Amino acid sequence: MQIPYIVEERPDTGLNNSKLGIWVFLASEVMLFGGLFSAYVFLRMAAPVGDFAYWGSKLSIPMATFNTLVLISSSMTMIMSWASLKMKDFEKFKMYMGLTLLCAFIFLVVKYFEYTGKFHHGIYPSSSTFMGIYFTLTGLHMLHIIGGMIVMGYFWLPFGNKMWTTEPERFTNRIEVAGLYWHFVDLVWIFLFPILYLL
Amino acid sequence: MSENDHGHIQEHIKVYLTVFGALGFLTLLTVAASYMDVSPMEAIFLALAIATIKASLVAGYFMHLITEKQTIIWILCLTFIFFLFCMFIPMITVIDHASLS
Repeated sequence: MQIPYIVEERPDTGLNNSKLGIWVFLASEVMLFGGLFSAYVFLRMAAPVGDFAYWGSKLSIPMATFNTLVLISSSMTMIMSWASLKMKDFEKFKMYMGLTLLCAFIFLVVKYFEYTGKFHHGIYPSSSTFMGIYFTLTGLHMLHIIGGMIVMGYFWLPFGNKMWTTEPERFTNRIEVAGLYWHFVDLVWIFLFPILYLL
Repeated sequence: MSENDHGHIQEHIKVYLTVFGALGFLTLLTVAASYMDVSPMEAIFLALAIATIKASLVAGYFMHLITEKQTIIWILCLTFIFFLFCMFIPMITVIDHASLS
């Protein structure tokens, strides 16, 4: 059985179900991260003066700045992969999607060095309240990166993108929906970067 | 795809590139601003203001919210209200002191 209205718009909502579904999911994600941001504010207000700044100074700003630029670049390549499909250029789609995956991988590698650097210096989530919320927020964000990579990797590989030859419009919609998720992951990092590394 | 549609997408790509440049610039501006000699409150305001501008650019242009249907806008407005409520819950602690006496 086919799920109705996955390409054409529903008359009542004016949207296809895929797009409505991803936006409702993203709304739930806003509340998930919202709860954790709220916890951050709560913990920061209750912490001794200078405690968050002290532990925050142990993080690497150059590494995080580099990662921010990498993630922004991945958002750009992601939207270019969708635009390539809109222009019926499948080879360019493959290139841009590959670049998006590469950026996501670079982000994870940098994060790996950040985490291992902390562990090497004996800094763990249990070391302080700041480190507890730092590892929780960045760890959850990293899980979202990995989730996005699995989906994008599927669409990049031949068995995932064979739909392009049979139902190109539906495949383009799938990339748009995956892109919305990916931009949201970028958006979360845009807030995580200053509150964890700079303030 | 008609020539017209192709041109339409090309126009969009120009906008995406401009937004991409702006996001890169604002990221560097955020880092530069963090080294400014300002009070903690001013630093928080500055960092969050720049982050909000960046987030608006991503949501508005990369996620196409500026041209999106009203249904999605309303869903997000409702989400934003709940998000704000969530962010202000910690403020209650300022007025809620447990008596130790």
